[in-house]
Amino acid sequence: MSVLLVATLALPALGALVVALLPGSVDRAARLVGTAFAAAAFVASVMLYRPGATGWFTYGANAGPPPIRPWHEVDVSWVPGLDLRFHIGVDGISYPLLVLTTLLTLLCCGYTLWLAPAGGRGRSLVALLLIIEVGIAGTFLALDLVLFFVFFEVVLLPMYAVIAVWGGDGRRHAARKFVLYTLFGSVLLLVGVFTVVAKAGTADLTELTGGVGLSRTTQLFAFVLLAIAFAVKSPLWPLHTWLPDAHTEAPTVGSVILAGVLLKMGTYGLIRVGVGVAPEGAAWAAPVLGTLAVAAIVVGSLVCLAQTELKRLIAYSSVGHMGFVLLGIATLSATGIEAALIGNIAHGVITGLLFFLAGAIKDRAHTGLLGELGGLRERSPWLAGVLGFAAIASLGLPGLAGFWGEAFAVVASLRHGGPLWTVLGAVAAVGGALTAAYFMRLLRRVTHGPASPAVASLSPVGLAGPELVAWAPLIVLALAIGLIPALVLGVAGDPVQALTSAVQR
Amino acid sequence: MSLDVLGPLLPAVPFVAALAGFLLPLRSRAAAAGLAVAGAAGALLISVVLAVRLGRPFGTSVDWIDFGGLQVTFGVRIDKPAALVAIAVGVVALAVQVYSVAYLADDDRYPPYAAQVSLFTAAMLLVVVSGDLIALLIGWEVMGICSYLLIGHDRRLPEAPAAAVKAFLVTRVGDVGFLLGIAILGIEAGTFRIADVLSSLPDMSSTTLTVAALLLLAGVLGKSAQFPLHTWLPDAMAGPTPISALIHAATMVAAGIYVVFRLYPVFATPDAPLVVLGVSAAITMLLGALAATAQDDIKRVLAWSTVSQIGYMAAALAVRAPEVALFHLLTHAAFKALLFLAAGSVIHAVGSNSMSAMGGLRRGMPVTFASMTIGLGALIGLPPLAGFFSKDAVLAAARGEQGWVAVLLFGVGLLTVAVTAWYAMRLWLRTFFGEPRSAAAEHPHEPPGTMAWPVVLLAVPSAVLGFAALSDRFGESLRTPPPVDWLGEYTGPAAQAIPVQAAVELFHVGVETIWPLLALSFGAGVAWWVWRRDRAVDPASALGPLRPAFASAFWLDAVQDALVVRPTLALARAVRAGDEGGVDGAVEGTGRATVGLGARLAGWHRAALPRAATAVLAGALLIGLAAAAIGGVL
Repeated sequence: MSVLLVATLALPALGALVVALLPGSVDRAARLVGTAFAAAAFVASVMLYRPGATGWFTYGANAGPPPIRPWHEVDVSWVPGLDLRFHIGVDGISYPLLVLTTLLTLLCCGYTLWLAPAGGRGRSLVALLLIIEVGIAGTFLALDLVLFFVFFEVVLLPMYAVIAVWGGDGRRHAARKFVLYTLFGSVLLLVGVFTVVAKAGTADLTELTGGVGLSRTTQLFAFVLLAIAFAVKSPLWPLHTWLPDAHTEAPTVGSVILAGVLLKMGTYGLIRVGVGVAPEGAAWAAPVLGTLAVAAIVVGSLVCLAQTELKRLIAYSSVGHMGFVLLGIATLSATGIEAALIGNIAHGVITGLLFFLAGAIKDRAHTGLLGELGGLRERSPWLAGVLGFAAIASLGLPGLAGFWGEAFAVVASLRHGGPLWTVLGAVAAVGGALTAAYFMRLLRRVTHGPASPAVASLSPVGLAGPELVAWAPLIVLALAIGLIPALVLGVAGDPVQALTSAVQR
Repeated sequence: MSLDVLGPLLPAVPFVAALAGFLLPLRSRAAAAGLAVAGAAGALLISVVLAVRLGRPFGTSVDWIDFGGLQVTFGVRIDKPAALVAIAVGVVALAVQVYSVAYLADDDRYPPYAAQVSLFTAAMLLVVVSGDLIALLIGWEVMGICSYLLIGHDRRLPEAPAAAVKAFLVTRVGDVGFLLGIAILGIEAGTFRIADVLSSLPDMSSTTLTVAALLLLAGVLGKSAQFPLHTWLPDAMAGPTPISALIHAATMVAAGIYVVFRLYPVFATPDAPLVVLGVSAAITMLLGALAATAQDDIKRVLAWSTVSQIGYMAAALAVRAPEVALFHLLTHAAFKALLFLAAGSVIHAVGSNSMSAMGGLRRGMPVTFASMTIGLGALIGLPPLAGFFSKDAVLAAARGEQGWVAVLLFGVGLLTVAVTAWYAMRLWLRTFFGEPRSAAAEHPHEPPGTMAWPVVLLAVPSAVLGFAALSDRFGESLRTPPPVDWLGEYTGPAAQAIPVQAAVELFHVGVETIWPLLALSFGAGVAWWVWRRDRAVDPASALGPLRPAFASAFWLDAVQDALVVRPTLALARAVRAGDEGGVDGAVEGTGRATVGLGARLAGWHRAALPRAATAVLAGALLIGLAAAAIGGVL
């Protein structure tokens, strides 16, 4: 099984290399090859599932469970001179995110097969998407702190290129802002990682989790550094302003990957590294983190309510949604972290779908201004229908995927108790109503009313086959996770329990 | 099939019909209609079987998901009241689906419409049978989104999108409270299963319980269109008429009342929630009825009458007579569905919602006229129609309870009877009597059979359902059963301690009955008398200076707009400006400042030769000095 684990990373890396080396005369064939590699990586990641690994019994009963108990792991020496190890593994916390990553990359590569955005060569875009996949999947798999940092950074430059080459009109500025802002975070991450590694004498996350061997001061210091780094990535208000520009200017597939999985590196890092390695620091900073998370929910929703551009609105909606995820994490409770995990996945699925739709609408109507769109359901009922579904899912309608994360982040906050957390929970719930308000406004502007000139001349009217193929899995997942949340949380319960009990030790 | 299977099937059947319906292409009308009618008929059949075979309450439960020790289950909890409400939902949904086939005959978006009605039905049935608060919340919110979709269905009406958004958002504001209330109950009980929550109520502090109940009440007021969250319902008339029947009769607005009934121990153990509910009910009853007096749109009259009638149900809940509330809910479901569908037939014939364009329709539409007469008679509580019994029971329950809230509710209830009789009389006279006031009204026609039959069939329960009150078994069926656990065993202390009026009877004809009858005669008589003076003039003109206030429902829409909507939008614009100018401005400013600083430093390095040489020499000198100094110290 460890072969599969390595394959999940090696396949896309190999694919990127092959695609990049293929000559320009076979551009479409190269994209097809890249998609095949992405599909193989997806299959490999899905097969990592290990049923039966979820029982509480697999963790030692009396001695306290080990905080990370991977289903599969690979642990080999990497740079012996620096005592660096290549240690990767998958467990119930990382598995859903890993599968989401490989799935979205596959869908994006497939989409590129049909529609390669203007600006550069299609096969280069596919190659970059595969490298980004390696970085993101590696981040989710890494069980070594230095390795985690390396994978975390792998993503940065390819994403820069995707935005700067295939993006919209303001792509250069947006790409530069994205890369500089996240580099700022990376510097802090680097310092945080080496503070921890130097003080603890190991970089192994399975040993580090629970704050073993770190003094309180070190933990506070490390957590602040790590938390800021992850907050930039997630993003947490007020460190979010790279996101609207990057999401808006990126090509459709870039936005989907950005919103779908790239942001999750921040929240995942916060759970696994921030909370796991420096629990005392996390406990100390939790009220600040929670307050900022709720501020993000409210500010994000209000900005969306006054937003005038479709893609920018969806980009800002991520700020609010990730606010719910971060609120869940900030409670440091099993309820909250499970809510954060399912919120992560739901946001990836739904916002990925929303960006696909925004891209489809902008490509057809040649404008994304809400004032120029209108009456989409008159002209293209199916497109309007799918957009309606995605918007409804995103506003957290119970029964669809978005509900669980948001509702239970509120529940976790109330369960935490005390005046601060009660108020935070209540305000977050009000933020839920604001979320509904801006999505209703979006739908009213885009789908209802008479068709605007831009919409009336929109073509093609129907949905293309490749679009349906790319969207259908996301539509089905949004419904399926809503009805069966155990799809995500069925495997997460025990690792989360182990993590929180390690944190509270 | 055993009941354990039938219970979960009840919402599942229309849900499957909805899912299949959403995938149909827009042109397959027949398949869509077949699916929709089959879904509703299946649900009705199952609910009837359940009601007949149900002995004592039973429940099923499977674990759904566990959030860090908080248990969410999926299961049903079915008792007699649930089965009866499910039948009402099934009847109305079936009537609406059959009626819609003809009513939307020339609509090119019929398949998604029918699927949405099926989903709506499924969501309401989920609320009715759910044994878990989270599943109940799912049904509750899905109903909200279905109402949004269906109210916005009519693409020719410019006001429809705004009305749809308003319906969803006003109820969603209430649902913030609903979610928080559910969260508190779930956290306290450690599970969201209703049976467990109810049995752990005695362990909760009274403050917690009061807060939870008040928060839940916010959701209830929104869903059931009670003051101050009632403003969405009249605007919801922008939806197709069958949708109005669905929303007003057995789903959506009924859901709020039903949830209070279902969770009655939560609301009735502390005092405050019922006082709030009672005051809101008193305001709503009268406000709705007064607003109905001055509307010209026939559907808006009926819409305001719903607001007012739901107020009666809330009043019954507030005076600790939940079974009476449920009784009025059932009779109201019958006659309000009848009234809306009959009004739809009238609109279909006249081509307008406006009563100014009607008049004299009884000659051309005798069947609709007869049905509508029964419906209006039931609405005003004319003996022996259904509404008479249930409304009389509400007033009797208010008389039987102690305290100022009960006195207030009795007084306002009586006054509302008079106002209701007045506006119902006006509607009846303006629509069916006098001279036709438009070309279309001169030659009205009865609707096609699929529209006529549901109306006629609904007239039967509207006329005779009241007599069920004579049966003790019926009264017993409506009583809140003691909480049972998921195996159907009666649980702990809460079983004895549901704080309801002990001796409520559904049937009270006695000397006191004279009061509502007098009020009714007075209201109807005044309307008749005003109309007799000049048959061409709208009796509402007799309202004089009050008419604009009533017509605009005391300008509460404007108040809501000024207090909530506009400040929120202004805040949104300000926050956007602050976020883009302030937060992002700081980031961009840092970037620009860094670039500027770099440019300046670069400028300094591009010096002419003499100055550069001087700088190099000076640097060398400095380094030399430093080295000497450090060396000297060392």
